[in-house]
Amino acid sequence: MPAQMLKVDDLHAWYDHSHVLQGVSLGAQAGEIVSIIGRNGAGKTTTLRSIMGLVKKCRGEVAFDGQTGLLARQAHARYSLGLGYVPEDRRIVPGLTVRENLRLGLVSSPLKRKEAEVIDRIAETFPRLKERLDQVAETLSGGEQQMLAIARATASSPRMVMLDEPSEGIMPVLVDEMFELFARMKQEGTTILLVEQNVERALSISDRAYVMDHGVIVHEAPAAALLADKAIQERYCSV
Amino acid sequence: MIGGYPIELLALQLFTGLALGSVFVLLAVGLSLIFGLLTVVNFAHGAFYMLGAYAGVFFIGYLGNFWLTLAVVPLAVGAVGLVVERWLVRPLYGRGIDYPLMLTFGLAYVLVEVVRILFGAEGMPFDAPDSLMGAVDIGVGYFPAYRLFVIAATAVLVLALWLFLEKTSYGLVIRAGARDGEIVRVLGIDISRVWLVVFALGTGVAGLAGVLSAPMRSVFPDMGTTVLVEAFVVTVVGGMGSLAGAVVAGLLVGVVVSMTSLFAPAMAEVSMFALMALVLLVRPQGLFGKKGLMG
Ligand SMILES: Nc1ncnc2c1ncn2[C@@H]1O[C@H](COP(=O)(O)OP(=O)(O)OP(=O)(O)O)[C@@H](O)[C@H]1O
Ligand SMILES: [Mg+2]
Repeated sequence: MPAQMLKVDDLHAWYDHSHVLQGVSLGAQAGEIVSIIGRNGAGKTTTLRSIMGLVKKCRGEVAFDGQTGLLARQAHARYSLGLGYVPEDRRIVPGLTVRENLRLGLVSSPLKRKEAEVIDRIAETFPRLKERLDQVAETLSGGEQQMLAIARATASSPRMVMLDEPSEGIMPVLVDEMFELFARMKQEGTTILLVEQNVERALSISDRAYVMDHGVIVHEAPAAALLADKAIQERYCSV
Repeated sequence: MIGGYPIELLALQLFTGLALGSVFVLLAVGLSLIFGLLTVVNFAHGAFYMLGAYAGVFFIGYLGNFWLTLAVVPLAVGAVGLVVERWLVRPLYGRGIDYPLMLTFGLAYVLVEVVRILFGAEGMPFDAPDSLMGAVDIGVGYFPAYRLFVIAATAVLVLALWLFLEKTSYGLVIRAGARDGEIVRVLGIDISRVWLVVFALGTGVAGLAGVLSAPMRSVFPDMGTTVLVEAFVVTVVGGMGSLAGAVVAGLLVGVVVSMTSLFAPAMAEVSMFALMALVLLVRPQGLFGKKGLMG
């Protein structure tokens, strides 16, 4: 029985007075790829942001890698526990080079001492970034920026990464590369929590999936079963 | 001869402007750094400058050594800045830009009054060290050695600050944090600690500016009030949040003020505001103004 990496229990979140997450429960075993799917505004991004510590008002019980009470910790402390996060808008820091963006992912990590080595390794994994290390990061294409955001969030070799719509607005070739990368990360033992609009793509590499609607999880199933279940997909994921 | 003045006199006046501008640079750099990262408009910056001058008076009496005083003052004033950020400014984050503005505005009055009570309203003497007394020949004439030292010290400090921001990991975090605090947090960096350090750094440099200018301008409780206005003019001209802007605009304002006080002494006071208006008409974001620090 693999260890539980993430366990979210009865998570609630609010923006001002609007009660956006209304009791979300989900989990991921170590080494799994787990997807959250659901239509626009269902609360997927809010779920990831709450787990990461970026939503001011939230309540519930979240345990990560054996540590309970995650919600009481600040965002930076969650990263230090081994929780990486790639936000939906990528958040490449303007004005910094590709290399500087990568270094940023290592500043707080014990791997900082081997910074040059780690960046070399990243450059091998992300050939597109390798040629552009000293380029200002904003000049990268959207897909390359997404690769950079992933490379940055995983530079410190986190135990788990949460990715918010990584394939959005990216050309198909790069989407292929990206999903191959996720498969490789899984092989290396990284747990992945994936939010995707590209439902078929996401389900095809996932172990399990949750369907979210109006701030709650409405369905949970093995990814393969959900992939075959057109009715559910139709009902909760069509825009 | 230009405008009836010999070239040498103009050149000396230019240096006088650079010395004056150096103090502006030191103030504007801190102001800009603090605004760029914390979005705090620090109205107490002039008071920290004043504290620096008084700390100088105190420490030189206590230590008896100018150079040691120069090293200790920024640390002491920075420590006050540390306390102010941690216990006064920090609770106001996330409430809008006007809260810390009002707080620092009030704090400036408190600090000035405390100093008035402790040291009196009279000006205090502060002499340059013997080694920097007198004047040196700079090719176009004799120029006060102390002012030359102020220019050089500012150049060294600005260079050190630039190296710190551009070449160190901590500098990288500061630059990134000024543009996107949230991503810095989710990459494991405790941004509130970075804010604390930057506030202390900015106020420490203001304190250094205070002690450096003490032998050139007199030391009195209100000395920070006018200089705060000047520092804001410089930051606006240079562009809020830009280190390069603070340097260029600081020197520019210093030179403009010093030149107008030669050609049209009555206009010296308003010349910097005229410059500011002119710059804002052409570039509303200031000379180097961009979003974020070090633009
Ligand atoms: N910053 C915010 N302030 C107020 N309401 C917000 C904020 N962010 C999201 N919401 C609201 O919360 C709800 C959930 O939004 P969320 O972004 O989590 O959905 P999502 O599932 O990620 O949607 P999408 O597929 O469009 O990315 C929506 O109704 C949205 O309008
Ligand atoms: Mg979303």
